[in-house]
Amino acid sequence: MSDLIKATVKRGQVREAIEQSLIRRRKRNRRFRMLGLAAVMLGMLFLGMMFFSIISKGYSAFVLTEIQLEIYFDAEIVDPEGARSREALTAAAYGKLVKNALRKAFPQVRKRKEKRKLYRLVSTGAEQQLRELVQKDPGIIGTRQKLWLTADDDVDQYYKHGENQSRLKAQQLAWLAQLRARDALRTSFNTNFFSAGDSREPELAGIRGAVVGSFFVILITLGLSLPLGVAAAIYLEEFAPRNRWTDFVEININNLAAVPSIVFGLLGLAVYINFFELPRSAPLVGGLVLTLMTLPTIIIASRAALKSVPPSIREAALGMGASKMQMVFHHVLPLAMPGMLTGAIIGLAQALGETAPLLMIGMVAFIVDVPAGITDPATVLPVQIYLWADSPERAFTEKTSAAIMVLLVFLVLMNLFAIWLRRKFERRWD
Amino acid sequence: MLAVEQKEAFMSVVETRAGEPDSMKMDELSIENTIGKPLLEKKISMHCREVDVFYGDKQAIFDVSLDIGKNEVLAMIGPSGCGKSTFLRCLNRMNDTIASCQVTGSIRLDEEDIYDPKRDVELLRARVGMVFQKPNPFPKSIYENIAYGPRIHGLTRDKVELDEIVENSLVRAGLWKEVKDRLDDVGTGLSGGQQQRLCIARAIAINPEVILMDEPCSALDPIATAVVEELIDELRQRYTIVIVTHSMQQAARVSQRTAYFHLGRLVEVDKTDKIFTNPGHSLTEAYITGRFG
Repeated sequence: MSDLIKATVKRGQVREAIEQSLIRRRKRNRRFRMLGLAAVMLGMLFLGMMFFSIISKGYSAFVLTEIQLEIYFDAEIVDPEGARSREALTAAAYGKLVKNALRKAFPQVRKRKEKRKLYRLVSTGAEQQLRELVQKDPGIIGTRQKLWLTADDDVDQYYKHGENQSRLKAQQLAWLAQLRARDALRTSFNTNFFSAGDSREPELAGIRGAVVGSFFVILITLGLSLPLGVAAAIYLEEFAPRNRWTDFVEININNLAAVPSIVFGLLGLAVYINFFELPRSAPLVGGLVLTLMTLPTIIIASRAALKSVPPSIREAALGMGASKMQMVFHHVLPLAMPGMLTGAIIGLAQALGETAPLLMIGMVAFIVDVPAGITDPATVLPVQIYLWADSPERAFTEKTSAAIMVLLVFLVLMNLFAIWLRRKFERRWD
Repeated sequence: MLAVEQKEAFMSVVETRAGEPDSMKMDELSIENTIGKPLLEKKISMHCREVDVFYGDKQAIFDVSLDIGKNEVLAMIGPSGCGKSTFLRCLNRMNDTIASCQVTGSIRLDEEDIYDPKRDVELLRARVGMVFQKPNPFPKSIYENIAYGPRIHGLTRDKVELDEIVENSLVRAGLWKEVKDRLDDVGTGLSGGQQQRLCIARAIAINPEVILMDEPCSALDPIATAVVEELIDELRQRYTIVIVTHSMQQAARVSQRTAYFHLGRLVEVDKTDKIFTNPGHSLTEAYITGRFG
């Protein structure tokens, strides 16, 4: 064959070979894309399952069953001396009023055992409800009021989820049926969940104590770790000489970011509580421990943000006769802000969900009062979830899921805030 | 290639092409052997004597002595890597930002040694301004770009004075008409040529004595370049300008004296037209006739 024909044939063969390989390549690309898509779908599936399981178990915690009773505010029980003094009004036996009202609603109940079963339909928290009403307006003493009182958690669970595994006896169920027939049984929005602290009685338990505790802890963590972290990053990046000592510091900071969080809890126990004798279980100590934990994250993110500022801006500032400090604070820092803020908020969102270190410093106790300051004993939301999850009472199951929902909402809000802040700063400097 | 090999290879090119070997070897270039007028008698803005610059162990500038006259435009030309930018950056101590860089010798601004550790480098940089190769306005408003210098050096008492300084600087930089209605727009939103003029306006806002320009037009299109060159000519009346340029034509257009640098040494410095029509040293001649670049 002539050279020309040989060349043409060879070219044709080459082209065919390329076309064949193209088919293989396209198949491989498609398989890879499918794999990627499958991975994403699997992730979404698990996410969906998680949300579904949490929400389906938790949404019922946001409503509370109430029983309507006619309460007679008997002056002999509430204010026997007639002086309307605060001590008398506080100390009065409001429970008797509830029991009287129940007996009046079900006059056929005579035997003591049955009466006890009847009284158990209404929550012990109803006494506090009545107490608050009288304290707010002593004028109702002597009057009859139709009031909605919190039902006991057994009634609550039965009414929301049915007879399955209910602890109520047949007689109690019959009474409830009667109440229902009289339209004296309803569910309403559970404000207790948000306004009350933790309690042994599930129907009265709320997350307020935990939320306030978390708030104080995050406040302290933010207030300490952000300035310290940013300042450390600025020093290490801009002012520190490059020698073995600063290299050593940098290696250690990177390693600290990977240390398990419970170790920080042990450190907090040993140093803050045993050595400095700070109050146990206080948000102050919790905040200090979480500061140590968040600091490496913030330093690393801030340094990366500082490094990303172009050297041309620095040179322009120095060329104008700005001192190094002026260059850093007037020019570099504003440009590095978006990255720093994002890193800070991610670190804080992590801190919000931390449980292990706080368990070690004692924020796991059963705290009923809502903490008023940073040195009062408190608990945080993740720990509250852990405590409720541990509890054997069925009513706490839905509360656990509801608290998880609240925590997730906070985390999502924080992350959205970080994204919004970052967008806002980026637009200004572009 | 090492500097030594480069030198030898290059010398052989000069020898073959020029026809006769150059009698002056590279290592003998010093203040006595630098051709032309490195030292001036008339009014001087900055003098440099026996300046050496080292980056770690590597020496970049060898024994350069040069005077810069008041209100003149001095162009520094030479092939890539010959040290012009390094030398320029010594004049306002910008090389201090590079950790391994060491400068020896004396550089004086108005009889004061600028490397004296007792002197503030910020004050020096306020008197010797710099315009960089790639325009780098601050990502702030046009007004803020110009106002920054006067503000940090405490040159104004109130907003009225500051407004005046901003307007004067923009007028002198030939940018006022184009931006006077949008002083609050961000500086980085301007075109390349406008950004460079903004950088020049920013440099003159603090009323320096000397303006150093490091290839100011290399990132600009020809029209913007022409505008900036015209500006340099006007600025000469108030300021001393030292401009590093890669373009010989630009040096011929804007400067009164031109200095030719080669491999870290000052080879020749003289009036611009003499350098380009009748250079004294064969290396200068080889460069300007395009035998190497």
